[in-house]
Amino acid sequence: MIAVAERINGMFSDVKKAIVDRDPRPVQELARRQSEAGAGFIDLNVGTAASDPVSVMKWLIQVTQEVTSTPPSIDSQKFEVVKAALEVVKGPSLINSCKGQAEELDKYIPLAMEKNASLVCLTIDKQGIPQDIDKRVEIAANIVAKAAEYGLEPTRLFVDPILFPINVDQKQPTLMLEVFRQIRYISDPPPHIIVGLSNLSQGTKQRPLINKAFLSMALAAGMDAAVMDVLDEDLMNTAICTEMILNKQIYSDSFLKAAKRTRD
Amino acid sequence: MQIPNVTEKWSGTVTEVTIGATKEEGGTRQKVVKVGGASCIPFMDFEGSPGHKPVIAMDVLDVPPEDWPPALMEPFKDVISDPALWAKKCVDKYGADLICIKLDGIHPDKGNRGAEEAVKTVRSVLQAVGVPLIIWGCDDTQKDNEVLPKISQATKGERCLLASATQDNYKNIVANCMADGHNLVTQAPVDVNIQKQVNILVTDIGFPLDRIVMFQTTGALGYGMEYAYSIQERERLAALSGDKFLALPVLCNVGYESWRSKEAKSKDEESPGWGLAAERGPLWETITAVTLIQSGVDIIRMYHPKAVAAVKKHIDALYTDGR
Repeated sequence: MIAVAERINGMFSDVKKAIVDRDPRPVQELARRQSEAGAGFIDLNVGTAASDPVSVMKWLIQVTQEVTSTPPSIDSQKFEVVKAALEVVKGPSLINSCKGQAEELDKYIPLAMEKNASLVCLTIDKQGIPQDIDKRVEIAANIVAKAAEYGLEPTRLFVDPILFPINVDQKQPTLMLEVFRQIRYISDPPPHIIVGLSNLSQGTKQRPLINKAFLSMALAAGMDAAVMDVLDEDLMNTAICTEMILNKQIYSDSFLKAAKRTRD
Repeated sequence: MQIPNVTEKWSGTVTEVTIGATKEEGGTRQKVVKVGGASCIPFMDFEGSPGHKPVIAMDVLDVPPEDWPPALMEPFKDVISDPALWAKKCVDKYGADLICIKLDGIHPDKGNRGAEEAVKTVRSVLQAVGVPLIIWGCDDTQKDNEVLPKISQATKGERCLLASATQDNYKNIVANCMADGHNLVTQAPVDVNIQKQVNILVTDIGFPLDRIVMFQTTGALGYGMEYAYSIQERERLAALSGDKFLALPVLCNVGYESWRSKEAKSKDEESPGWGLAAERGPLWETITAVTLIQSGVDIIRMYHPKAVAAVKKHIDALYTDGR
C-alpha cells in the first residue's frame, strides 16, 4: 500500500513552533523518520495558524526535501497554495486534495498533469459529502472520467471517499468498505483509493487499535493508500501482514523484513 | 469499435546475472553468459522485454556415471572417464553454453574423493573449455562444506556459478562465493516461500542479489513437473510484480531428473511398446525442458545431445528476433 505520512502539520504544537521560529530541525527530523518508516509521500500541512500559508508551505517543502527524497504531499484546500508549492517541488509530488465537482477538477487535473504530480480527489460535490454509497461512487466515477478525459493516468489518481470518526457515525465504516469495492470496478486499472485513516479514531480512547483493525479490513476491500501515522510500527506491520495474507506478497519467514527491504 | 488494450503492465524485471569472466575481467573464459533481464512472462514480448535467451548447461560428471542407460552413455562413451574431454565434446560438438561440473565423486557413498582431486578436475575442465562453469556439489552438506571452499578459492576470479545454498546450510558457501567473486545457486524444495527465505538469508549477510540464481528441485515429465512448473511460474509472476527477492534468474535440472524416470531409461527389451530407447529418452528430456521454459527458466541443465539440439532449436524459434 501507499502510506502518506501524517504529522508534519501546523496543528501540532511542535510543528507549529518550528514554523513560527523557522527552525527546520524538528520538521526535518520527522521527515527523516517518516521516510525511514516507509512513507510513500510525506504530508505537509501548514495548519491554521500561519498568516502566510504560501511561504510556509514552500518552506516546509524546501526543508523536507533537504533531508529526504520521499515526495511531498501538499496538503491544502487552497489552490494558490498548491500552485505555488508545486513551483518549488523537485520531482514528483501528491496534491492533497481537491473536491470532486467538475469546475474544481478542471483546475486541479491540468495542474497535476503539468507538474508531474499525483492528485487526491474527494468524493464531495456542491451538495457536500454524500451519506450513501451510490452517491459517493457516482462522484468517484465522475472524477475517474474527468481524469481520463485529461489523460491523467489512474496510477496518479487517488480517490478519497472520506472517512468520518467512528464516534460520529458508526454505520459508516461498513458502508465505506462497499464503496472501496465499487470504486475498484470503475476503471481498469482502477484509481488508487485513499482515506485519512486516523480520522476514524478521532476522539476515541483506543486510537491505534481502531486504526489497525480498520486498515486491515479496508485493504481487503480494495483501499490501497492512506494518510496515516507511519511512525506507528505496529500499524505499518499490520499493513504488510495484511497484504501478505491477501497474497499480494509471497510469504517467507522473514516477510516483514522482506517488505521493508523491498521498499528501500 | 475500439479494441481495448489488454496487455499487462509489469513493474518488475528479473535481475541480470553474468556468469564467467574473460581475461580482461580477471578470469580465463573466452565468453561470458548473461541470464535474466525478463520484464514480461515468457514469450509475451509485447508486454515487455523477454530478457536473455535461456541457455543450456550440459552436465559433466567428475566420475563415470554408474547408472546411466546405454542410450545416454552412447554419445559420451569415448570421453566418459575424462571430464576435460567430456566438457570439450559438449562445447565443441554439442554447442553447450555452459558446463555444469557435477561432483558426484566426492559424495561419501560414491567414491568419497577429496578436495584436492575435485580441484584438479575442475581445473582440467577450465583449461579444456572457454565457456563459463557451473560447479555443483554432491548434496551431502558436510562434504560440500569441506570441498566447495577449496574449489571456490581455486577458481577465484572466474565468476563461476556455485551450487548450492539452502535454508539450513548457506553461510559457508555464501562466504566463499563472496570472497572469490562467484555467483551462487540458492535452492528450495519446490517451495516458493522457502526460496524467498533463502534469498533473504543470503542477502542478509551481504551477498548481492545480482549474483544469485534460484533453483527449485525440478520435477520431470510424469514426476511432478506440473508442480515444479506452477512454483516457477509463481516465482516469475512475483518477480514481474516487483518482488525483488524473487526477481532472479531460475535454473532447472532437466537432464538428471528426466533420465531418472523409467520412461527415459527403460531398455528396448524391457518396454517393447514404448518406442526405441535411443529416441524415447532424449524425447523425455526435451519435453521436460521445453515445458519448463514456458514457466520462466533461464538456465537448463541437460544431458543428452539430441535433447540439447532439439531444445536449442526450440529456444531459437521462440526468440526469433535474437534478443
